[in-house]
Amino acid sequence: MNPISFLTQTLRIAIPYLFAASGGVVAERSGIISLELEGLMLTGAFSATLGAHYTGSPWIGVLAGVAGGLVFGLIHAIATIRYRADQVVVGIAINLLAIGVTRFFLKLAFASSSNSPRINGFGGSAAAHGFDNPLVWMGLLSAPVLAFFLYRTPFGLRVRAVGEHPDAAASVGVSVNKVRYIAVAVSGMLAALGGVFLALDQHQFTDQMTAGRGFIAVAAVIFGRWDPVKAGLACLFFAAAETLQIQLQGNQVIPSQFIEMIPYLLTIIALAGVVGRAVPPAALGKTGE
Amino acid sequence: MSARTREQLEEALFPPLVALLVALICGDLLIMSYGQSPATVYRLLLEGTWGNAYGFGQVLYKATTLTFTGLAVSLGIRAGLFNVGAESQLAAGGFLAALVGLGLSPAVPGVVAVPLCLIAAAAGGGIVGAIPGWLKVRFGAHEVIVTIMLNFVVLALLNWIVAAHLHVPETLHTPEIRTGAMPRLESVISAFHGSAANFTILIALLTAAFGWFYLFKSRRGFDLRAVGLQPDAAEYGGISVGGVWLRAMTVSGMIAGIGGINYVLGYKHYYEEGFAGGSGFLGIAVALVGRNHPVGVVLAALFFATLSQGGLAIHAFVPKQMVEVLQGVVILAVAMSVPEVRAVLRKGRKPVTA
Repeated sequence: MNPISFLTQTLRIAIPYLFAASGGVVAERSGIISLELEGLMLTGAFSATLGAHYTGSPWIGVLAGVAGGLVFGLIHAIATIRYRADQVVVGIAINLLAIGVTRFFLKLAFASSSNSPRINGFGGSAAAHGFDNPLVWMGLLSAPVLAFFLYRTPFGLRVRAVGEHPDAAASVGVSVNKVRYIAVAVSGMLAALGGVFLALDQHQFTDQMTAGRGFIAVAAVIFGRWDPVKAGLACLFFAAAETLQIQLQGNQVIPSQFIEMIPYLLTIIALAGVVGRAVPPAALGKTGE
Repeated sequence: MSARTREQLEEALFPPLVALLVALICGDLLIMSYGQSPATVYRLLLEGTWGNAYGFGQVLYKATTLTFTGLAVSLGIRAGLFNVGAESQLAAGGFLAALVGLGLSPAVPGVVAVPLCLIAAAAGGGIVGAIPGWLKVRFGAHEVIVTIMLNFVVLALLNWIVAAHLHVPETLHTPEIRTGAMPRLESVISAFHGSAANFTILIALLTAAFGWFYLFKSRRGFDLRAVGLQPDAAEYGGISVGGVWLRAMTVSGMIAGIGGINYVLGYKHYYEEGFAGGSGFLGIAVALVGRNHPVGVVLAALFFATLSQGGLAIHAFVPKQMVEVLQGVVILAVAMSVPEVRAVLRKGRKPVTA
């Protein structure tokens, strides 16, 4: 097995996870459960495809994808914050909605129930191993930038405060709802970028192309204990396991289904606390009261 | 009707009605975006579902699975638990039912084989449900995340067993069961000819009746609801909260598992990769719209089954994916209007005293 190709393939698989997990970390640190990462990614991928298809520019695709994620993120925020709807239910509803909406408009825009026409992406020269794609750099930087933002800026402190002790934050004049709206909106845009990367990288949108990646990101958020850098490392680890499985295909050492299970099993183990308990932000999920 | 019952009924009925209205408006917009007339499309949707025996049979078939998963989810919610694992519990139930149906000799008569398959299905779903229940009670692991993660693990495991050991070459399904098939409804009412509706629907209705009795008339159901409303108070009142949670998750999984027989014993007579097809997730919608009451769950299952079958009926005019959008809209609208409706109704009832 070639180590360069192993590393670059791992990276390519990890980028969507990195974006989505960063999005998950922001929202959850503010106290809003984000099970909707899958739906946000799918929306991002589809709106990026629309943008890139109608203008021919991948950058417009990026903007359109981010806008799509923003819209769905705001739906999530309004439903859970303004209307105090159950966060888990809303997350699941948004995932279903994203599948439905992307399928419906795929049919409407491209008269297809499976995929869009080819769109322009970034870079693509074999020698650059993907590093000529700006989204790769953005994905890699998303975790450390988010960590800086969460731990080193006043707004990051507010995000963490409303996720742990909303009442205490409110008592010192922080607008809890405003901080949460912003966090969930940012989460929508970040997660959408994961989908944008997928669509531009594969040069088209295909039905349900996120294929559970949003849930791997959810797993990475928990396995990384709601810390951006640890969640990012979890993404890289999950991606490496997947790469190993792809590159070992043919000499069936371990059936692929067992490799698929790794992120999910590790998350369950992390939650059960066999190796150090994963403890969520104290106010996570509690907007309904 | 006492004032209390009326209040409860209002709080239960208004959110789904609001959601229906919102969904109708969204549906209008989607239909018009396709340049069609909403009246025509809605008429087609109703004609293709409740307007002919075949369509209605398909609605009944789909509603049967959704009744099971909806009951499973709602039982969990009554205990204060969110079971997002109905999808894999359903699959595990169907898988074990198929294994028993394959393992028994064809000479075993249906009256013996069907109950055996049913028990196997309940065991399959029950085990998958009990794991997150146990992890919650023992380690405090949140059941939402564990059930989501377990969905992937269980489905991957079942896929591997079928792919590596049990599948018919060139397919993703097991061989046909040798005994234990459920008769189709068409064997009694010939109008249902061709539709997948089968006698599992009676088991679904019995399960709903059992759910009602268990929740509202039994001691254990009382404990379960007490824990769901106020776990601390229930614990103080002498109820073992952990015990109730473990039992609730197990029973919830069992109910979802039994749902697997609708496809395996009633329709295709084999286990196939992906047969659950989202029915477990839709069970969440069914429980939500049915307000976690067995009667509401049956009605909500019929509603979502109608939408899903209706999508096929309108496909020539508007893509069937429209109903997937509407499903999401309905869930979102109900989730948003429940706290709102409650607040508005209670404000209207109680004069403000300060």
